[in-house]
Amino acid sequence: MSGHSTYQPKTGIERWLDARLPIVRLGYDSFVDYPTPRNLNYWWTFGGILSLCLASQLITGIILVMHYNPSAQGAFASVEHIMRDVNYGWLIRYMHANGASMFFIAVYIHMLRGLYYGSYKAPREVLWLLGCVIYLLMMATAFMGYVLPWGQMSFHGAVVITNLFGALPLVGESITTWLWGGFAVDNPTLNRFFSLHYLLPFMIAGVVILHIWALHVVGQNNPTGVDPKSKADTVPFTPYATVKDGFAMSVFLILFAFFVFYMPNALGHADNYIEANPLVTPSHIVPEWYFLPFYAILRAVPDKLMGVLAMFGAIACLFALPWLDTSKVRSMRYRPTAKIYFVFFLVASCILGVCGAKLPDDPVIPHLTTFQLAGSDLNSFVWLSRVAALYYFAFFLVVLPVLGLVEKTLPVPDSIASPALSADAKKG
Amino acid sequence: MADTAVGATTEPEHGSDPSRRDFIHIAAIAAAAGGAATLVWPFIDQMNPSADTRALASTEFDLTKVAEGQQVTIKWRGKPLFVRNRTKAEIAKAVADDSAQMKDPATDASRVKPGKANWLIVGGNCTHLGCVPTFGGGEYGGWFCPCHGSVYDTSGRIRKGPAPLNLVVPEYAFLTDTKVKIG
Amino acid sequence: MLRKLSVIAAAAGLLVVGAAGPALANGGALPAKEVQWSFDGPFGKFDQAQLQRGFKVYREVCSACHSLKLVSFRNLGDKGGPFYNEKYPNSNDNPWVKAIAKDYEVADIDSETGDAIKRPATSADHFPSPFANEAAARASNGGALPPDMSLLAKAREEGPNHIYSVVTGYVDPPKGLTVPTGGHYNPYFPGDLTSAWHGSKEHVPPGGFIAMAPPLKADLVTFDDGTKATLEQEAKDVSAFLMWAAEPKLEERKQTGFAVLIYLLLLSGLLYASYKTVWRNESH
Repeated sequence: MSGHSTYQPKTGIERWLDARLPIVRLGYDSFVDYPTPRNLNYWWTFGGILSLCLASQLITGIILVMHYNPSAQGAFASVEHIMRDVNYGWLIRYMHANGASMFFIAVYIHMLRGLYYGSYKAPREVLWLLGCVIYLLMMATAFMGYVLPWGQMSFHGAVVITNLFGALPLVGESITTWLWGGFAVDNPTLNRFFSLHYLLPFMIAGVVILHIWALHVVGQNNPTGVDPKSKADTVPFTPYATVKDGFAMSVFLILFAFFVFYMPNALGHADNYIEANPLVTPSHIVPEWYFLPFYAILRAVPDKLMGVLAMFGAIACLFALPWLDTSKVRSMRYRPTAKIYFVFFLVASCILGVCGAKLPDDPVIPHLTTFQLAGSDLNSFVWLSRVAALYYFAFFLVVLPVLGLVEKTLPVPDSIASPALSADAKKG
Repeated sequence: MADTAVGATTEPEHGSDPSRRDFIHIAAIAAAAGGAATLVWPFIDQMNPSADTRALASTEFDLTKVAEGQQVTIKWRGKPLFVRNRTKAEIAKAVADDSAQMKDPATDASRVKPGKANWLIVGGNCTHLGCVPTFGGGEYGGWFCPCHGSVYDTSGRIRKGPAPLNLVVPEYAFLTDTKVKIG
Repeated sequence: MLRKLSVIAAAAGLLVVGAAGPALANGGALPAKEVQWSFDGPFGKFDQAQLQRGFKVYREVCSACHSLKLVSFRNLGDKGGPFYNEKYPNSNDNPWVKAIAKDYEVADIDSETGDAIKRPATSADHFPSPFANEAAARASNGGALPPDMSLLAKAREEGPNHIYSVVTGYVDPPKGLTVPTGGHYNPYFPGDLTSAWHGSKEHVPPGGFIAMAPPLKADLVTFDDGTKATLEQEAKDVSAFLMWAAEPKLEERKQTGFAVLIYLLLLSGLLYASYKTVWRNESH
């Protein structure tokens, strides 16, 4: 909760600066003395982890730009120059490529935490919306970044996604030509993606500052969903949350290091080590794993325009969430029915992810042919993605609005400190 | 992760804990700082010349192309390099001035390889502000820099003008009598 | 309880992803033969003798059609490479490297006349391509383009296993398969043979048609270290060499990774202890 500042400048220099630009005061109030709920669990450490990811991507990215050649002619070779000739270039490149995946692993966990504990509910709607904006910017940044190595997947992924805009009636083709800067994805497209890929992360950083500001005005949510009522409910951010975040970051770095040093290409695609060729399409165009659920939703709908709208609609559901959920209880810890639907949502999202990587007409259960429905066998990944996509939308548009009105909830504790005394405090 | 329910203390003493300098906290912070410092090195080293640039750091040059009294300018490490096959007269003039007053004293012998005094290899940038001097101007029979009037003698030593140092002699070695490796 | 369930559900979901893998990873081809490589695993290293043999195979057989344009001669003398020698930490000075480079000719411009000439390569040069450009390469190979091999081992899903399998996997086409002119049946090469197959629809043969004729056979190359040059040996060695060409920093990467992971485990331990100390008297 934003309250009175307790910062006391000690030395003369501190007082001098505090009178002119109270930045040390701001730092102290936000990250040292800031009252943090005492019962936060490890799901709350991902905000700090995300800041670490952003910093890592910014630094490795700026360094890569020192060596990268953003022309269709030279991009692929310049990336190999980085990998082979630049001192520690291989390390910086692998950190950046795998760092993007780590960034998305962390953001998905962070968002799921928000979903489960009701962190999007009043008064944190703006906090949630800013988070959605960050997510959108992250997706745009990642998409453009993947084009830069100018491999086969880079190129053809760019072709597929930019062609989506052609689905829009009337203006579609003009927009696509405008995006391309030509009649196809080529050097002009690469150059503008390079410029924007450099720009967007700084915009992300700006929105992150707003996100943290919005957070500090209303205060952190906590696993009970009950607001802190007294000093007994909170601890100062430093050292309590700082050290916990530090530990969590260190463990996260272990996962990061594992990918960078032992499986650096596991999350990528082999075809991207082939230089882009506009005349040859890879047998199987797949976006990076973090886009797979949305890709599955796109392909689930047979009509091109409706597929595009469904894909963007899936993201729009996130923005609308604070107003879709009618429950008076914040945390799903005390909403047993909602918890079940949430687990199904998780499973549906994972299924959508798997479907996104498959060919739509491939059988889910091998060698089993059933009957044809709307042009595809029922035992196909496209039908599986339709079912999973249906649940995805139903969760936001039907389950959450209705459940809040009819569900039976568990008794919510009076305060944060009280569940610590209660023997049947549910964990999770 | 068990959120263990320990009996809540009624008066949590937040104030005293952070100010205690436990060894474990110092160890943890020191380890983190050490790791960060180690991580910084690759990020700094990547700006150093990369392997392909370093590969072009040395060049081999065939001296048979340079006749007596002639000079060839080659590009080495992105800058001009003079390879001059000096005449006996030029060598004599340079040696004669060995003990003369000069800004950056050096004997002619220290600027060439023993037994190969006719071969003078010097950087083609004036040590004042980097312009490329031309041969044959100026009173000492050597190089003259048109930018600000520095004059070098037949050993490439600065004799007149604003340049502070002699033309730089790079590291080089004779692989054979007619082939030299520079850098 | 439900927290545990959801974690298990997520893990199961991920297992499905892992097991299922991307759709038709092999494009209808047989999964690659499993080979034990010296560079496998977290402590993997290149076997220098194998790299030298593999380089010989590349040089005497493959380089006639396949370029290696992202690799420089000096890389051969870098740490982990086929001709690395401790006496020459700067690979540009490595005499084996210089000798190999001199045998190749690269295009250059005569600095006096401006004419296009060919000069002997130095260690700083990249491997020259056998063909001047793509069109020339296709014209000499019946319209097919022999791919550059600098990244081949990373550009194929199963990497060096795939290269080994294709090169040793040529078999006579089964009866009922129409082989197009210029094509060769290979069960490990990706493709869809349904349209070329005249047998039962249930038993379409795996694999596809590759434009390259079987490139290797026993004793095509004589190995300097006396190793018997069987087809399998040549294939194994050239695949290992190509893995090195694609990822010359593999050894350095894995060694650094070990040090980093040990450090991070220690750091996590220290931070956990620090965390427990800070929270000692607080309810959580």
